Amino acid sequence: MAERIRINLREIIKPEERLAPGHRLCAGCAEPTVVRQIMHAIDEPVVVATATGCLEVSTTVYPYTSWNVPWIHSAFENASTTIAGVEAAYKALKRTGKIPADQDIKFLAFGGDGASYDIGFQFISGVLERGHKVVYICLNNEAYMNTGIQRSSATPLGAHTTTSPAGEVIQGKTQWRKPFTRIMAAHDIPYVAQASPHNYRDLMTKVKKAVAADGPAVLNVLAPCPRGWRHESDQTMAIAKLAADTCYWPLYEIEDGYKVTVNYKPREKRPVADWLRAQGRFRHLFRPANAGLLEEIQSRVDFEWERLLKDEANS
Amino acid sequence: MVTSKYMPLDGANAVSQAMRQINPNVVAAYPITPQTAVVQNFSEYVADGIVDTEFVPVESEHAAMSACIGASAAGARVMTATAANGLALMWEMLYIAAGMRLPIVLTVVNRALSSPLNIHCDHSDSMGARDAGWLHFYAETGQEAYDNTIKAIKIAEHADVLLPVMSCQDGFITGHGVERVGLLPDEAVKEFVGGYDPKYALLDTDHPVTMGAWDFTDYYFEHKRQQSEVLNSCLPIVEAVSKEYEQLSGRDQAILDCYGMDDADVAIVVLSSQAGTTRSVVRELRAKGVKAGVVKPRLFRPFPATQLVDAIKNCKAVAVMDRAISFGAMGGCGPLFLDLTSALFNLGVQLPVVNYIYGLGGRDTMPSDIASAFADLQEIAATGTRGELVRYLGLRD
Ligand SMILES: Cc1ncc(C[n+]2csc(CCOP(=O)(O)OP(=O)(O)O)c2C)c(N)n1
Repeated sequence: MAERIRINLREIIKPEERLAPGHRLCAGCAEPTVVRQIMHAIDEPVVVATATGCLEVSTTVYPYTSWNVPWIHSAFENASTTIAGVEAAYKALKRTGKIPADQDIKFLAFGGDGASYDIGFQFISGVLERGHKVVYICLNNEAYMNTGIQRSSATPLGAHTTTSPAGEVIQGKTQWRKPFTRIMAAHDIPYVAQASPHNYRDLMTKVKKAVAADGPAVLNVLAPCPRGWRHESDQTMAIAKLAADTCYWPLYEIEDGYKVTVNYKPREKRPVADWLRAQGRFRHLFRPANAGLLEEIQSRVDFEWERLLKDEANS
Repeated sequence: MVTSKYMPLDGANAVSQAMRQINPNVVAAYPITPQTAVVQNFSEYVADGIVDTEFVPVESEHAAMSACIGASAAGARVMTATAANGLALMWEMLYIAAGMRLPIVLTVVNRALSSPLNIHCDHSDSMGARDAGWLHFYAETGQEAYDNTIKAIKIAEHADVLLPVMSCQDGFITGHGVERVGLLPDEAVKEFVGGYDPKYALLDTDHPVTMGAWDFTDYYFEHKRQQSEVLNSCLPIVEAVSKEYEQLSGRDQAILDCYGMDDADVAIVVLSSQAGTTRSVVRELRAKGVKAGVVKPRLFRPFPATQLVDAIKNCKAVAVMDRAISFGAMGGCGPLFLDLTSALFNLGVQLPVVNYIYGLGGRDTMPSDIASAFADLQEIAATGTRGELVRYLGLRD
């Protein structure tokens, strides 16, 4: 990207709200913040598809809707393909002249981590491979929150969820998380990024790059969930920031499948325990018997961070 | 009436020719035998610039229907095709397409569902989807598959219908069988189907709409009732469009294709290609003085109950042939039998009806099999005893 993108808050906060207030998402849920940041960063008209999940059920309770933009939900796994269908229609109707050639519409799909990492994984891969000009956004709250906090392949090692409970024998989820962002980038698409709403300038810059990309783009955005993560609802942004400061959730982008840029390098990398301690879902990890698990999580985070820096240096 | 140009075409090709003439905005499809030819032929039209269609070669049938739903909601005219396991994989999205009132036209080249794996014809695929809220056409020939495809667009997109349509033909039998098929002139098809201007479209960004909202206990029931009402009351529209197409093409498009039914004592009700064999047996029997007849419904959903009951009510014995089993239904009968006998009961007509399950997994049903069924019917008519409710044709014991 030759041109430097500057995020000017006064310019970006438009009077027009694309996602209206009054929706039914929980207090402290990061999802509406992320969605609004994303849509405020886009100047063009947008069409949005949303997967089944918290965002969908809480913003479109019939006969009400919070969406002031064209919006569709069809199922859980296929928001990516649904918006790809809309984009295909857009191309076709431009071809026949029904839509003016100079009209520019941006296409967004939102899915939770369950919708993205798990059940919709193949669909997203297909959309990326076919090169649909859409932006797929994973609202990553690291579990199936809408159905009551079940594990997903984004849930990290040791986290307590209702299907990976911390019990007498098993201490929460026994696997690490799927490297979704890297797998998305491995499709060699123009733009993939990881972001977090506490750093809105970074997130919105990435949105601008994503919609400007000449092809598909994927954003994996951390979305703390007070209910599932067990933190106070006024701590959402602080928790998100801790994820970046501990390098648990690095803010970075991968262009064209190889060009890695780490957008935020904490001056002092905080221990991952700081991030874990702030959330009830990891409480059991601080029992003396689980010290090994804590160490394992720290070493995973360290390994991934070092690898990311190396990838950046090599690209 | 316009003059059709006749050419040798298999059923799959006949459908892709119809699709070429319809020139839909978006086709999203995935290959599966015996539907593959439809997708392949159509890809060639796209590659040669013969159509303006945006072709989306998806990675699964679930994705095919998902993309069709997005494209249709966006305001495009949308078509696709599948069979068997592909249709089964779409299942979730079939209901969603109908619930969202999206006029998608889907060609099904009927094939047996697994397991065991089998690529040949039966109706277990589309019959399994009979409660999904779509209109279902069944074609006897490649010609009918062609005609039904064109009618399907106009019916689906009719402002008082707005429902998806499944247009079925028999895998291999008509799908791969080359027949003489008459194509209408391109211009005539274009004019017949007209343009598509939906009232609500996602791409109309000046008038944003929310599609596929979360519907609670307070509204869902009413919405489903409305959906059911539309499907159940659209028969006059199907008839009107069929009549219009009949006048254009000069080919019979009645909802029921009846042969020998004016005075039939014994009759068979059967869908799709098997009607051809049955008709030839009826012709032979009639030459011998047997008052036999055959009824072939061209439409299965909405079920033409009154018309069917009217057609057979004066018979002394009737057989319903099913190329699918409704597993666990009374006696292991088939879906057409279930619907027809319930129609007879509810319209107060009493007559002996038996069910023949035939042709599963592509098993041939010979004229002699049909003749034996008619012999059974004659005996039932003579004795007044119905006997076994569900029987099998061409099955080794
Ligand atoms: C095919 C299918 N399987 C399961 C479900 C049930 N379901 C609805 S939402 C959901 C979880 C959503 O989790 P996620 O994608 O992480 O989004 P979140 O609600 O956490 O934002 C599940 C399992 C469904 N609707 N459809």
